[in-house]
Amino acid sequence: MLLKVRDLGFRYGKEKWLFRGVNLDLQSGEIVGLMGPSGSGKTTLARILSGYENAHEGSVTLDGTALPRSEYYPVQLVFQHPEKAVNGRWKIEKILQEGCVPDQELLVSLGIEKAWLSRWPHELSGGELQRICIARVLGPKTKFLIADEMTTMLDPITQAQIWQVVLEIAQKRNLGVLVISHERSLLQRVCHRVLGWDEWRML
Amino acid sequence: MAILEVKDLAISFDQYTKGLRREQLRTIRNLDLAINEGEIVAVIGSSGSGKSLLAHAILGILPKNAKVSGTIRYAGEVLTPARQAALRGKEIALIPQSVNFLDPLMRVGEQVRTSVRNQTNAAQAQKDIFKRYHLRPEVEKLYPFQLSGGMARRMLVSMAMVSGAKVIIADEPTPGLDPLVMKEALCCFRELADDGCAVMLITHDLESALQIADRIAVFYAGTTVEVAPVENFVGTGDALRHPYTKALWTALPQNQFSPIAGTQPQPNTFISGCCFSPRCGLATSACRQEQPEMRELRGGMVRCIHAS
Repeated sequence: MLLKVRDLGFRYGKEKWLFRGVNLDLQSGEIVGLMGPSGSGKTTLARILSGYENAHEGSVTLDGTALPRSEYYPVQLVFQHPEKAVNGRWKIEKILQEGCVPDQELLVSLGIEKAWLSRWPHELSGGELQRICIARVLGPKTKFLIADEMTTMLDPITQAQIWQVVLEIAQKRNLGVLVISHERSLLQRVCHRVLGWDEWRML
Repeated sequence: MAILEVKDLAISFDQYTKGLRREQLRTIRNLDLAINEGEIVAVIGSSGSGKSLLAHAILGILPKNAKVSGTIRYAGEVLTPARQAALRGKEIALIPQSVNFLDPLMRVGEQVRTSVRNQTNAAQAQKDIFKRYHLRPEVEKLYPFQLSGGMARRMLVSMAMVSGAKVIIADEPTPGLDPLVMKEALCCFRELADDGCAVMLITHDLESALQIADRIAVFYAGTTVEVAPVENFVGTGDALRHPYTKALWTALPQNQFSPIAGTQPQPNTFISGCCFSPRCGLATSACRQEQPEMRELRGGMVRCIHAS
């Protein structure tokens, strides 16, 4: 499958364009890195790709057709702060099943323990909660994954643990992954190719 | 002599679990650390290792249900709650984690001026510090929501600077900053230390800590497991002393990127012996019996019976 971004533009209200003319091709099975300074619109791009935000101009298509508006979205986003991405009044089990019921194999590969399921989000560490968030977005209909600073808040060991699993799953299921980070060493390690600031954005 | 010395610090919290049943939560145990003037010590640990609590314990701003034992000395004298109240903001300053610590309804110039101590002309001190951190004069008229992340960070550093504090504690100052802004923030700390301040940099970001710190203190499950000079973090990490520190180093993307299994124990789980032994490849039965003492080794400190 091909996720195609053409001439995408976005701005907040009447302010000047955050970005314009963004073009990006993401193939299934491909892991692409995106690097750029803070405030350059990387997160906004991630939100548009995963359907949380609408672009003001340009298009995002999957194999030439527009993305669905009222069913499971094939492009899923993992946020930087897992504790802000879950409902604090839901137990882990309910959070996990928000999109669909994840199969046991996926939970095992992500190292999610049974005991966590009956806990509240604040009773898990950041790394554990991020695993939950990853499991939540990896439903069978997910074709592309956007990792927006997915491991920035985590220590190096937890970061390496999570990436090891995500890369494995991506390969097995032939997912396309867009990795947004400001850490060059991480991008160079996990991605097939890394796009810099000038290559994806113009004003 | 160390300007700030923490010895055998332990912090526990009284928590209500169900109804009136209470539970003691030991979040920090056996924490040792010393900082000298003109030095940056980075405190590294994953979330939940007790890093921020250490900062709050030093400043005496822990919540009421916290119980603290052990000693904290400042300039050779024990820090009592009364002394903490007298010194914080003046001799010991905190650079908080986030922009949310700025007053949202006060212009930032004004906020910096209120932190000025030991100087008669607060307005001049504020102007000088803005110049030093490349903040345009008109920035003083802005409100916190109008600042970019990097500017806000510099604002928080400026406030600590003008306070004339001798010990500066920076809590997670780097996450989410792009390399340019990050470098700028880190340079600020180096300058502070070069001016004679003692800087404690609390972070989970080993990579950026290595760029500016003199020594690295590694925390695991509320315990200091190693204090190492920054030069030890090279190559395959053979110069490092504790298996956890080595594991952190190997897990960096520019090194092997290979993690060890398992997670750090929760504060309410009981661990007998060394807190790292459940995940350690070197662990023997002796490790599981007794918590190792902190000892000096090759110009650093380590809490492991196998380190040599």
